[in-house]
Amino acid sequence: MATTTAPPPGIGLVRYARREAQVWRLLWRGSVFSGFVTPLMFLGAMGLGLGELVDERSGGVAGLDYIVFVAPGLLVASAAQNAAAWSLWPVMGGMKWMRVFHAAAATPLRPSDVYGGFIAWQAALTALQAALFLTVAAILGGVPSPWGVLAIGAAVLCGLAFMAPLVAYTATRDDDSTFPVIMRLVVLPLFLFSGTFFPLDQLPGALRPIAWVSPLWHAVELARGATTGSIGLGAAMLHITVLGAYIAVGWAVGVRTFTRRLTP
Amino acid sequence: MPADHPRSDDDRPPLVEAKALTKRFGSYVAVDGIDFVVSPGEVFGFLGPNGAGKTSTMRMIACVSPRSDGDLTVLGLDPGQHGAEVRGRIGVVPQEDNLDLELSVWDNLVIYGRYFGLPLPEIRDRAAELLDFAQLSDRRDSRVDPLSGGLKRRLTIARGLINRPELLLLDEPTTGLDPQARHLLWERLYQLKREGVTQVLTTHYMDEAEQLCDRLVIMDQARIVAEGSPRSLIARHCTREVVELRYTTPADQRDAITELAPRAAELGATAEPLPDRVLVYTDHGDDFVGQLVGPESSLPSTHPDSVLVRRSSLEDVFLRLTGRTLEE
Repeated sequence: MATTTAPPPGIGLVRYARREAQVWRLLWRGSVFSGFVTPLMFLGAMGLGLGELVDERSGGVAGLDYIVFVAPGLLVASAAQNAAAWSLWPVMGGMKWMRVFHAAAATPLRPSDVYGGFIAWQAALTALQAALFLTVAAILGGVPSPWGVLAIGAAVLCGLAFMAPLVAYTATRDDDSTFPVIMRLVVLPLFLFSGTFFPLDQLPGALRPIAWVSPLWHAVELARGATTGSIGLGAAMLHITVLGAYIAVGWAVGVRTFTRRLTP
Repeated sequence: MPADHPRSDDDRPPLVEAKALTKRFGSYVAVDGIDFVVSPGEVFGFLGPNGAGKTSTMRMIACVSPRSDGDLTVLGLDPGQHGAEVRGRIGVVPQEDNLDLELSVWDNLVIYGRYFGLPLPEIRDRAAELLDFAQLSDRRDSRVDPLSGGLKRRLTIARGLINRPELLLLDEPTTGLDPQARHLLWERLYQLKREGVTQVLTTHYMDEAEQLCDRLVIMDQARIVAEGSPRSLIARHCTREVVELRYTTPADQRDAITELAPRAAELGATAEPLPDRVLVYTDHGDDFVGQLVGPESSLPSTHPDSVLVRRSSLEDVFLRLTGRTLEE
């Protein structure tokens, strides 16, 4: 006999997330490249190659060896990029092209379960990718503090802070025409100018406020504070609060846009 | 397969009951105050052209679209209050297949079963049964993407049965399939009916409605215009037979109608001109042909190019009720 009650919210989310996990088991090769190999190549090129120059010429950045400075930046920026890409085309696929979101919404799962499960799966994947990246970065000398393991949490928060509002937005779209613009004009500038590759004080003063509202900058600060073991509790709480606000507001909107789209 | 379903002629409460059910999207009224009842064990149909409101009605029954007005109970529950619970006890075959194209046939069934929170061993047993039922066992490990439309459709139906639903909703189950695939699907749905699975389906095919439905409503422009069994609808709204007459030119057809109409009325028949032919509704097609349009007819100008006497169908009922054919 079938179940006759609605699943509790967390359970429904996990049931949907398992569908994404199943698809990933078949198509994991692509995500290994974007989630692990690509950031490692950046770490090699920037942290080791460029880093040697930076360290020779100016004795590191912000008092850190360049690889120590850039490793947490790359960790979090990679999470942000993957989260953004996950929030655009795959959401359109589930909503319009393959309509698998509609298939799930015809079962006891609710639109909020589909929304949450879709995001939760990518968050879990981000944690795995972050752990792998941090391990390699530590071997290369980029993670001086054992607190660095907490940077996994920063990467996950960063991914969630991008996904929650972006997935909510994508659910309102009828085609993918705006997606390349979002990737080029929003995600890429944030990737470059959120304190990932160089400290914020290198930016012209007028541009710094943009970084302050960037979830990526808060996550980078958090991750770098962890890998260097240098962040204070107050600063950490502030960054977590900002990221949490992005997630909470995005989530509330996302549940609404998914509900409207899947159960009109 | 569910074998414990009751037949339709018991006095259990209805599975679906709608009163003044209404769906609006902004100012557009998709469903305009319709009433219907679906009893356990029957196959109930919504027949009508595209845009009549069939799919909107189905989505309200499926608890994926809140009603704008009126009352609706499904399995005795209010979809607005108990949507997830109802969805757990019904099966849905949507108009557009929404299968996981990258996954195998088997994984599609297993993942869907997990949405219902069914234990994995039970899902596996059920999925194996359903592959058999849908005649897909030899495709168990195929990816779904390259399968034909008919195979995908059968998989979607099998998927909709994974939770042993008390009610199966099928939205245009055979649209877009070739005749062979349609007949196979009809046969499978008939098999389900024999096993006692209550089905609600929409179609814009008259032959499908006649083949499958115990009872149906005809929808047009958001309203129900008639209700009954296929046979009773024909008896009530149409004549026993229909004569189709085709003429060479529209002018010939006009002349023929002018002459035919009064004589037809004398015989208790009515002639209805369509753009490409004339339909004559009569209980005695051959008599009509013999007297008015056959070789011995006394009205030379009414001789058509071709004459066809046939049993009347739901298509004729729809035409009589709405003045329009079902073709898009």
